This record gives sequence, C-alpha cells and structure tokens, in this order.
Amino acid sequence: MINTVYRLCYPRRFEIAFEDIDISSGVIVRPTHLSICNADQRYYQGTRDIKVLKEKLPMALIHEGIGQVIFDNSGSFKPGDKVVMVPNIPCESDDYIAENYLRSSKFCGSSADGFMQEYYAIEPERLVKLPEGIDPDVAAFTELVSVSVHAISRFKAIAHNRRERVGVWGDGNLAYITSLLLKKMLPNSKIYVFGINREKLSDFSFADGTYLTTEIPTELTLDHAFECVGGNGSPVAIEQIIGVIRPEGTISILGVSEYPVAVNTRMILEKGLRLFGTSRSGKTDFKKTVELYREYPEIPIYLSRLVGNTVEVNSFADIKAAFETDIKKSFGKTILHWNL
Amino acid sequence: MIFAVILAGGTGSRMGSADMPKQFLEIKGKPILNHTVEKFLPNPAFEKIIILSPKAWIGHTKEIIRKYTGSSDRIAIIEGGKTRNETIMNAIAYIDREYTLDDDTVIVTHDSVRPFVTHRIIEENIKAAEKYGACDTVVPATDTIVEGDGQQISSIPDRSRMYQGQTPQSFKAKLLRDTYMSLSEDEKAILTDAAKILVIKGMDVKLVRGETYNIKITYPYDLRIARSLLEDEDIK
Repeated sequence: MINTVYRLCYPRRFEIAFEDIDISSGVIVRPTHLSICNADQRYYQGTRDIKVLKEKLPMALIHEGIGQVIFDNSGSFKPGDKVVMVPNIPCESDDYIAENYLRSSKFCGSSADGFMQEYYAIEPERLVKLPEGIDPDVAAFTELVSVSVHAISRFKAIAHNRRERVGVWGDGNLAYITSLLLKKMLPNSKIYVFGINREKLSDFSFADGTYLTTEIPTELTLDHAFECVGGNGSPVAIEQIIGVIRPEGTISILGVSEYPVAVNTRMILEKGLRLFGTSRSGKTDFKKTVELYREYPEIPIYLSRLVGNTVEVNSFADIKAAFETDIKKSFGKTILHWNL
Repeated sequence: MIFAVILAGGTGSRMGSADMPKQFLEIKGKPILNHTVEKFLPNPAFEKIIILSPKAWIGHTKEIIRKYTGSSDRIAIIEGGKTRNETIMNAIAYIDREYTLDDDTVIVTHDSVRPFVTHRIIEENIKAAEKYGACDTVVPATDTIVEGDGQQISSIPDRSRMYQGQTPQSFKAKLLRDTYMSLSEDEKAILTDAAKILVIKGMDVKLVRGETYNIKITYPYDLRIARSLLEDEDIK
C-alpha cells in the first residue's frame, strides 16, 4: 500500500514522501494523536549538531503517539483497537542489556522514521492496547510517561531501601510526571520537588513539598533524588542534589544535555553516591504505564493538566503551524490531532 | 453499508503505445490497480471493494489481485459498463443483488489510476456522502481556466471559484441510481462524470479537499511522475 510520510528535510521544512508498505504481515495502525517532544523540536529548529542533522534528515519526526488498528494479519488486535506505539525497535535481545540501551536498537524519530505518517506499519509486539475511555490527548504522550516509569523501576532495583524522602529536580513536564508517579510507585515516601518557577511549582499539588532552588532550607536532606532538568540547568541541579543528598544515596539522571556536564566527583566519592542514567523505555515500561493508568484512574486526570495546546492537523501546512505553536508554549505538551 | 467502487474500465487509449490498459502498468513492481485497491482494502469501513474491469481483462485482474495483494473475500471483481456511469450502475446493481440496497448505502467511487489517494480524503468522502448524500473531491485550480470554442476565448471564469475534479466521488447509491434513471438520453449524453448526474438535476454535491499529488495516471508523463514519487523514496 502506498503510504504518505511527512519528513523533515531541513530545519523548519517538511516534505511529502511515499513508500510502499507491505499489508500482508504485521499491523497497520492509523496514527490519531501525536505529541511533540523537545527532541523533535531540536531537529525542527536545527539546534542539533549540523553533522547529526545531515546524517539523520530527511526523517519523519514524533515518537510519542497513539493510533487505531485498521488491519492486523497477526490476529493480535481487532480493527478499531486503540493502541500506543512503542517507538523503540530492538534488533536483537540481550540477557543483561534492556532493549532501550542496546546500541543496535532503532528509535522512531531518531534513527528511523517517526509517526508523522498516514499509516504506520508495525509488529504486534510493539503495540500496547489502551484502556477504554482514556483521554486520547493524555494517552498521546504515554511514551514520556513510560520513561518516568522506566526510571523509577530501575531506581527501585538499584537504590537502598531507606526511601523516606525523595527529591525531584525540575518543574517541567518530566518532573511533573516523575513526581506524580513516585507518589504512586513509592507510596510510603515523601516526595519533594525543586524548581525555579513558583507558578509551575504550584501545579505540583500532589507533592509533599515544593521549593525554589534558590530557597532550599539548609537543614534539608534527602535519601535519593531524580534529576529532571537537562539542558543548561543540568550542572546546577546535579550540584545541588549532591549537596543535599545523604551518603549512599542514589541519583537518577533523566535530563538530556547537548553538552558534557561537569560533576563534583569529590563529593560523589566522599558520600559514596550512586548516579545512574536512564534513557527512553521499552515494551515492559509501556505495559506497566498502561497498568498504572488502569489501577490509578486519577493519574490520567492529573496528566491532563499537561495538555497545553491541541492542534488540528488537516493539511500539510498545519504541521509547521503545530511546531511553531509548540515553540511558544511555556509548559505542557502540544498534541496534534492527526487527520492527514 | 459502505462500498468502494474502483473504476478500472479504461482501455488506456491515452497511454501512447502501451497496449495494456494503464491500470495494469507497474509502479515499483506492482500494478497501479493493486496500489489503488490497497488504499481501500485495509480500511474496515468498507464492506466490500468492488473492482469493475473490462470484460476481456477480468481474468487478468483476478490474477494480479491474487498475485500481488492476496485474495480476499472483501474484494469482488465484476464487469464494467460501456460508460463510466454505466459502470457505476453495474456496481450498484451488484450491491442490490448481493446485499440490501437502502437509502443509507454509500459508494465511494474511485479511479483505479489514482493510487496516491489518502486516508483523510477517503474518510472525508464517507462522512460527506453520509451527511449530504453526495460529494466530489477537488483541488483549487492553479492555472487560469479559459473557456473557448477552439478558436477564440469566450470567457475567463474567476479562478477563485474554479476547482479541478479528482476522485473519489461518493454518493448515497440509491439516490445516484434513481436520479440517473430519471435522466433523458440527451441528459445522459452530456455526462462527463457521476457528480454531474446530481448537478444537472439541481442537487447539492459537497466539495471535499483533495491533494495535488492525488494524480490520475493518464499519460506516459504521469507514469514517470508516479514512478519517481514512489521509487525515489529514501528508505530509513
């Protein structure tokens, strides 16, 4: 079947391409709701390294999205099933290395075409069925939620068991999601959030406390911490965490930075800290996320606060308009209602 | 119920020296007709995809569907008529025979040589036909349209009100058939497409926005374009 693919060819310029997809195997999904990530914006605005842009473009962007099954030869899904697509595409399996860390894995909107397509051909193993009645604008960014689930799951396997006080650095989308999930996945822990914007911090009403990073009480200590800042804010956030965390604490790094970040190794050594990185997520994390949606219906309700802009994409020109709208947002996610 | 009606009745007289009707020519190793059928087959909205083929090419059509797309009980291949509209009437007669033709039965008629039709265009056709009874897919005219007698210009219509017709054209099947049957032979003689059946009787036909790349592969030049669109892809 001829499939229309909407690829970014240069920063701020999309093009239409066609490819023939095989309808005799796998599943054909019609993408319905897509969500723009900062990683997509870095390609769109051309803020990635020029060599990276040259190597990866043209490429269809977007790795956060849901769709409707229209055709399934495997018998796993029925036409009309609402599903979330797992953007990680493993090419091998390993007993110790998770699919999202295997260097051979491909990732939609990074090393393979993303979901900005008329149809998306996918193996049934890369799909997770969504709960009935879930808000599709929220479900659209399930991938981002699964990244937090992945980080917290790894934290539970790595960090020591004194988890009375856990800190989250950041007041953006990822920090909001991570601290919300920590409240559910670590129900006996107190969750404290540290950010730079008082207004944004007031949205974290479920947290046990919020602090401006300029007003952290000197007596405050934490057992463990999550860094959800990234970018230019990473060095300061990590420095502050190392300062307030108790010895043998664990620091989960989630924020992406384009540049190497200097960290205070002396204090890491003196306190015997553990730092671990997490990136992306795998099928297991998606399944766990959807289970959390089912188990705690209040999670999607809290997450709906992150739906910033919804943009109807009915024409080619609407794609660019959606990305430009997303640039102007101060908080939350831009959701594309994908009608192309 | 909703049916796709794929009009594959053309014998390719405009495709230069090619003896084979244009819908059977290949793009990327697959006949154009198959590419077109595959835009409709996965869509669960369609009860059946009815392909109307010239009598002499029915066997060939069955063979290429089996070979390149795979046999499906959702595909029916039947004989077309002498004209485009007679061909559509054959499809409606088939539906009447095999199913129950009622006021809500919708047909989405489509040229077999427009394989670049999109999901959006098909969905908007279905919705418009269900709501308004009839629709036609168009794109705004980019060239100025000139009316003349072959020698001189008689008028230059306002371009902002001019559109180029594409397909699908979609209808409530019973409405289309009954209106067609009510036409005189003179009226039938001036029909160039199915939408005109309703237009000459003063009925409303809703416009659906097409796409410039929803091209009709009519001339060898179109075939070159279609091949370059699909075969130049950069596989990621």
